[in-house]
Amino acid sequence: MSVEVKNLSFAYGGHAVLRDVSFTADSGAFLSILGPNGVGKSTLFRCVLGLLRGYTGRIVIMGRDAETLSIREMARLVAYIPQHSSPAFNYSVLDIVLMGTTAGLSAFSSPRAEDVARAEQALEKIGVAHLRDRCFHRISGGERQLTLIARALAQQAPVLMLDEPTANLDFGNQVLVLAQARALAREGYTVIQTTHNPEQAFMFSDRVLALKDGRVLCQGPPKDILDEKLMRELYGVDVAVSSLFGDKVRVCTPGVIVR
Amino acid sequence: MQERITRPPAKTGKLRTGEKGRVPGGVAIAALAVLLLAVIIASFLLGRYPVPPKELFGILLSKIFPITQFWTDNMEAAVWNIRLPRIILAGLVGICLCAAGGAYQGVFQNPMASPDILGASAGAGFGAALALYAGLPSLAVTFSAFTMSLLTVALMFRVSKRAKGDRVLGLVLSGIMISSLFQAGTSFIKLVADPTNKLPAITYWLMGSLAGTTSAEVRFVIWPMLLGLVPLLLLRWRLNVLTMGDDEARAIGVDANRVRLAVIICATLVTAAAVSVSGMIQWVGLIVPHMMRRIVGSDYRRLMPATMLGGGIFMLIVDNISRNLLASEIPIGILTAFVGAPLFLWLISGRREVY
Repeated sequence: MSVEVKNLSFAYGGHAVLRDVSFTADSGAFLSILGPNGVGKSTLFRCVLGLLRGYTGRIVIMGRDAETLSIREMARLVAYIPQHSSPAFNYSVLDIVLMGTTAGLSAFSSPRAEDVARAEQALEKIGVAHLRDRCFHRISGGERQLTLIARALAQQAPVLMLDEPTANLDFGNQVLVLAQARALAREGYTVIQTTHNPEQAFMFSDRVLALKDGRVLCQGPPKDILDEKLMRELYGVDVAVSSLFGDKVRVCTPGVIVR
Repeated sequence: MQERITRPPAKTGKLRTGEKGRVPGGVAIAALAVLLLAVIIASFLLGRYPVPPKELFGILLSKIFPITQFWTDNMEAAVWNIRLPRIILAGLVGICLCAAGGAYQGVFQNPMASPDILGASAGAGFGAALALYAGLPSLAVTFSAFTMSLLTVALMFRVSKRAKGDRVLGLVLSGIMISSLFQAGTSFIKLVADPTNKLPAITYWLMGSLAGTTSAEVRFVIWPMLLGLVPLLLLRWRLNVLTMGDDEARAIGVDANRVRLAVIICATLVTAAAVSVSGMIQWVGLIVPHMMRRIVGSDYRRLMPATMLGGGIFMLIVDNISRNLLASEIPIGILTAFVGAPLFLWLISGRREVY
């Protein structure tokens, strides 16, 4: 198991956000954490990434208790791909990716030639090598997301965590980013994403964890759990789920439209 | 579908404005170093007491090579006792204020940050006013300004811990509050100070000036300056990572709070040292980093050295104007405000995006 979360609970002040959440993620698998806005997906992410402490329960990453990991050790195990990144100043795409190599550097040093090579390889692998010298501020949202994935690869961590990677993207870029995430899972990375889009969770991921009010509603392969009952429970609206293309795709249609 | 992103960028050049015309970092930094050297030599030549170039080089080189004296003793005294400490100090003050400004802009992810953001200047002003009020000698005024500046930022840091929520915002707001508090203290000292001699001295100090620089002052401030400047130079890659925001920096493997603390300590040290000898010199630490961003880009690996060199150049030029423009010296703080405000306007209205 690369990521193991056991009985995780977290509260902001007196307000419980996560209650007794348990799940595992394997290497080579793409896990989607599905749920409506504000159910604690981000909090769960921040706990696993070590950005939030003071939770109860246990988080084990690659066999090591997350609470015992230093920031640098954590960065070598888990890479984070934020929903959007807006550095206060202008950087080139290569510089952004190069930042992923920082965990391997001592405090007072700057990236060396081999780190630049690693960053370039990561750009190459994601298929955005031509963006190398462009301004990060001036490329499209999809290109930015891919750059951040390249940065995560340059970090050489086995676990990749994507926070709603498609939230701000147009349809084509959504497909591109998710296909890339799935391809990385096939290569052996552990890929975890949060999403509020059940159709994408069904199409691209191997496992789905459905969160509601900070609790795990259910989890398992998307084919087993993504149905009308779950959609109703999760989003509180009537949804018709239809299967297409030999159950490769499930389409969610609001009940008010079709019933 | 793949075509959407892998398509090579349109060759209009318009999309690439961010990088267009950027000089390679190494070349730009070398050019700045040469320019700094030229400005230093020019600064030796300029002054009320004329020292011609030939004599100047004779005086400078006689320290290394045995050259028989062909210049007057007065020339030698002007070069070594008056111009040298002044040039060293002006250069160092510029380097420090700009390095601190650039560093604060990075750690606070805020292009408007300047060296006085955390209250270092207000504290130094209060310390200096206090010492001048007590009638202490000039070195003691410098020492008092320096100490009070550090104490002010330490106090600000303690206060900011009580602020809930975003750490960066807490620091900036606490800095504004503490600055205001110490400025009020300075105003009070001015109110009760003897208006015939002490009040003008305090007012003049607060205007910012390098006049009457002694080598004793240089020897005092050079150590905290170096102590702060070296780590700022070494931490420049981490500064890049900090501009991504705390969460991302941590996820990349950088302890944002620790690096920020280290940078703040160093930047405060150099700011305190600079303002304790120069008084309030505004704008320099804000605009020079932005000017350098236009030349070498935002990457602190190039930006930090370029900002230090640019700061020295800028300050020496302004100081030469302050020494030579009028019969009596114009306080440099007034000049930097005169020059800085329009320069800043030019920077923000430029066609190329600044931030």
